[in-house]
Amino acid sequence: MSVHTSKEFERELRTLRERLLAMGGRAEQQIQRAIDALRRRSDELADEVIRCDAAIDRDEVEIDELAFLVLARRQPVASDLRFVMTALKIVTDVERIGDLAVNIAKRVRELNRHPTEEVYGLMEQLAALVMAALRGALDAFVHGDADAAERVIAGDPEIDVLNTDVIRAALGAASREAHEVGRWLALSSISRYLERIGDHSTNIAEMVIYSVRGRDVRHHHGGEQE
Amino acid sequence: MSERSKLEVRHLTAWFGKTAAIKDVSLSVPAHTVLAIIGPSGCGKSTFIRCLNRMHELTAGTRVEGSVLIEGEDLYARGVDPVFIRRRVGMVFQRPNVFPTMSIRENVLAGLRLNGVRGDHASILEDTLRRTALWDEVKDRLDESAVRLSGGQQQRLCIARAIAVEPEVLLMDEPASALDPIATARIEELIGELKQGYTIVIVTHNMQQAVRISDDTAFFYLGELVEHGPTKQIFTTPRVPRTEDYVTGKFG
Repeated sequence: MSVHTSKEFERELRTLRERLLAMGGRAEQQIQRAIDALRRRSDELADEVIRCDAAIDRDEVEIDELAFLVLARRQPVASDLRFVMTALKIVTDVERIGDLAVNIAKRVRELNRHPTEEVYGLMEQLAALVMAALRGALDAFVHGDADAAERVIAGDPEIDVLNTDVIRAALGAASREAHEVGRWLALSSISRYLERIGDHSTNIAEMVIYSVRGRDVRHHHGGEQE
Repeated sequence: MSERSKLEVRHLTAWFGKTAAIKDVSLSVPAHTVLAIIGPSGCGKSTFIRCLNRMHELTAGTRVEGSVLIEGEDLYARGVDPVFIRRRVGMVFQRPNVFPTMSIRENVLAGLRLNGVRGDHASILEDTLRRTALWDEVKDRLDESAVRLSGGQQQRLCIARAIAVEPEVLLMDEPASALDPIATARIEELIGELKQGYTIVIVTHNMQQAVRISDDTAFFYLGELVEHGPTKQIFTTPRVPRTEDYVTGKFG
């Protein structure tokens, strides 16, 4: 791949990519931590998730500023323009993913007030799929790999199905144990948060395809999102 | 030739002695559109547009093959008078080249006088200066020397002079490169208005300018037409890697 005649421009684009990657890594870590908090019933881990969100918020602001600067200074076109546009969109998705990790952590704290230690095997499966989707989307971004991004998008329906299964099971349980309704509601919320993280990962994958191929695939693959 | 094409270039090759500066270029320009020609220095952009009004042949040792059709008529057909062609195809250059010994009025009307066009010169003068957004600035000093105008005004005067003879096609060779940003913005706005009446081909080194003013863009490299398509496509998703490299500044 050829490089820009302007070394400074080259450096700005590289910084933008690296900052986004670091932010994505942080978001991944946050979800992992939130799921660990759920598994271990740990208030401490949940609190750490809530505390660490500030770093992701800061990333968002700084990456926006960097992208803004590149637009103003370079007026990028073609693949450069698509890359900066992609960065600006991805940053929003990653920031939301961070917020959803915080939501999970808050629900974990609620769950920890309830006596049971029961966590669904289904939920574990769902979390694993969602983590894989996010990692897949971020890897696709790093390597400019549209095929990998397509695989992430193709995997989203499976996440949706699992989420529906978890919620259905939780609501069934809630109707049997009315006194434990809060617990089951919290669990189904976590499931929905995970499903939304999957949707954001799909968004990232779509933007990667746009960035690489110059083709907008949003809203074209029939996947339902909320 | 498609119905809407105003200008059609077919297999155009332009020579300087034994060197081909333009190699087998074919493209068409729909009526009332702006085509931007981009490419690095020496790629043949200027030679190309100088072939569109038979100015290339004014240089000794040059030769042109292929055809350039306006509304289906070949400018290079036997018996066609180049002077008449330059009335149909007007040209504006990089530096404003007002006639220094002439007044503002005489500059606008020079083409008409040269071609012996009769008619209401006073109203043509006003109309032309209004269309180039100069009227309010010069209406009280029409008999002053044109060189007393600012650079931007001089360039608009050159455009006025070019359109006074009612050409069908307007060629512009980097018309704003010697102007400040405000004067440039005026010229760009003017191009947007002029395309209602004319078909415009503009050479520009300013990529953002090409994006702002043109409908289609053609990228030339080493005398060859590398890519030609809607401007939006050329600057968002060019198809040819060399175009991508050029517009993103990855050349050399």
